[in-house]
Amino acid sequence: MKPIKQVRGRTVVLPTRDIDTDQIIAARFLTTTSSEGLGKNAFYDLRYNDDGSEKADFALNQPAADGCSILVGGNNFGCGSSREHAPWALLDYGFEAVISTEIADIFKNNALKNGLLAIVIDDVTHEWLMSNPGAEVTIDVAACSITLPDERAVGFEMESFARYCLLEGIDQLGFLQNASSAIESYEEKRSWRP
Amino acid sequence: MSNNKTLFQKVWDEHVVVPETPDTPAILYIDLHIVHEVTTPQAFSVLRESGLPVRRPDLTLPTLDHSTPTTPVSSFKDLLVAGEGAANQVRQMEQNCADFGLDLLGYGSGQRGIVHVIGPELGATQPGKTIVCGDSHSSTHGAFGALAFGIGTTEVGHVLATQCLLQRKPKTLEVNVDGKLPAGVGAKDLILALIGKIGVNGGTGHVIEYRGEAIEAMDMESRMTVCNMSIEAGARAGMIAPDSTTFDYLKGRPRAPQGGDWDAAVARWEQLRTDDGAEFDKSVTIDASELQPMVTFGTNPAMVVAINDPVPTRNDESFRKALNYMQIESGQAMTTHSVDVVFVGSCTNGRISDIEEAAGILKGHKIADGVRMLVVPGSDQVKQEAEERGLDKIITAAGAEWREPGCSMCIAMNGDIVKPGQLSVSTSNRNFEGRQGVGARTVLASPATAAASAIAGYVADPRNYS
Repeated sequence: MKPIKQVRGRTVVLPTRDIDTDQIIAARFLTTTSSEGLGKNAFYDLRYNDDGSEKADFALNQPAADGCSILVGGNNFGCGSSREHAPWALLDYGFEAVISTEIADIFKNNALKNGLLAIVIDDVTHEWLMSNPGAEVTIDVAACSITLPDERAVGFEMESFARYCLLEGIDQLGFLQNASSAIESYEEKRSWRP
Repeated sequence: MSNNKTLFQKVWDEHVVVPETPDTPAILYIDLHIVHEVTTPQAFSVLRESGLPVRRPDLTLPTLDHSTPTTPVSSFKDLLVAGEGAANQVRQMEQNCADFGLDLLGYGSGQRGIVHVIGPELGATQPGKTIVCGDSHSSTHGAFGALAFGIGTTEVGHVLATQCLLQRKPKTLEVNVDGKLPAGVGAKDLILALIGKIGVNGGTGHVIEYRGEAIEAMDMESRMTVCNMSIEAGARAGMIAPDSTTFDYLKGRPRAPQGGDWDAAVARWEQLRTDDGAEFDKSVTIDASELQPMVTFGTNPAMVVAINDPVPTRNDESFRKALNYMQIESGQAMTTHSVDVVFVGSCTNGRISDIEEAAGILKGHKIADGVRMLVVPGSDQVKQEAEERGLDKIITAAGAEWREPGCSMCIAMNGDIVKPGQLSVSTSNRNFEGRQGVGARTVLASPATAAASAIAGYVADPRNYS
């Protein structure tokens, strides 16, 4: 994975709360054996009418959303299914970060492991971002801060190891493999065998 | 801080390979890894590219369930697979298992089925184990006092390669279910009511332990239904302390400990209870005796109401959007809505007791004109047992379809779909927009409520049909 120190971009806002991973990528698009090319199907049923034409009122279809790389979602973003296809689809679509007041556990884990920043921020900043779509913001991973257009920097929390892996571009599988002797000795010394 | 531990803490502590520090998560050992065709191909590709083997094939349990058709077949080559993608996924799973030395419970094994149905029925799911699967409903296995949770595909790769995961210790949430469930009210109604109470994010960051009189009185299949939907409250996992009900269920199952090992295992399992005085981070109490059959009215499982109560109202854009999608108005009971499709099945309610519950209501009745009802057993074994008891005959005599095992219309990626605008009463776990098909309107309910609704042709109270 490439190191990610900073993400700078414009926001697009999906204000609905509890946006689940079925909405991000519907199950009928999961009959793939690859993690690539899923962006075209991201939010498919929200983006397209039955005849395949775009739904004009959906935020991602509006001209202002072109080139936006930061998704601001309503509270409890990414709930539901554990499908990693959800962050794969958002990344392939062109998003580099998702911001909400709460992000579901499995989605957050999956996102961070793929270099999609999953950022939980306070209610006041969230409300400001929700009311100001298209805002140009900078997310600094090392400093754990978001800089808003008025230069105000707002802090957020990110699990320290996930942050370290993002900053250094570390593959967590490699980290686990380095623990192989500890894993072997655990297997030998445990009192019962699964 | 006392030394008294919760059930969760006991299982967690026993599986820590390397403790967590402020800088690094714990390395947690995984005792059982269940894998299926949809969330694993990319993980096997990583192993292949890195030249890594599956570290513990003996702790890996692969099957086929999500994208498999449920139409009657004799072998895979006859399958009416939903599309080339699904067919390719199934073939690739068979190839991956062959290449990595995994014993696939596939077609012809007689043991194929939904991941969360076959683990318990084979006795592979046991108290005190850590169990994961690339599927969020892995919380089901917590009904046995296991610590079980869903993971993404990257983590599937981690477990395949190292049998371990990097995990921060979650918090704990105690759910006390006092009192007795009234007649005609079951585990599905209880868990829907709980999610309605604490919300779809009420358990985020937490492992739930379900306790109390109503939980202790439940059989294993009911406990699985409860733990299954823990994720619908956002929880990492749900757990129930093992007891004689658990041990009786497991005894004699093919992958359960046998002979002298059985007694040693039970002695160990009996220790898996939350100590008196152990503290939870949060606690919620619910009175089982006040519950009624529950049905959802919106587009997440927390939007739920008692069957005869009016759909509530809320001044909130997301709430309005959900009701608009569902074509449902506040102020009217769900029993005013007619039904197009009824689905009985899934990892929530696709076990033998669920099929039996639906068949018990259907017996001697016909489903209403214009209603399509699918009954999909959770596994080969559930199917066989149901047929031995003649339940399939009751189901087909009522006019419903009796299918092959699989996830089917719960996730609608195998060709079993609800058409746009149709209202489906479903025993599955998610009523998200489009979950059962584009534009499908899903009402989550128990098997009894689903069967009653099929007969009535509208959302119906099962207590009028028993």
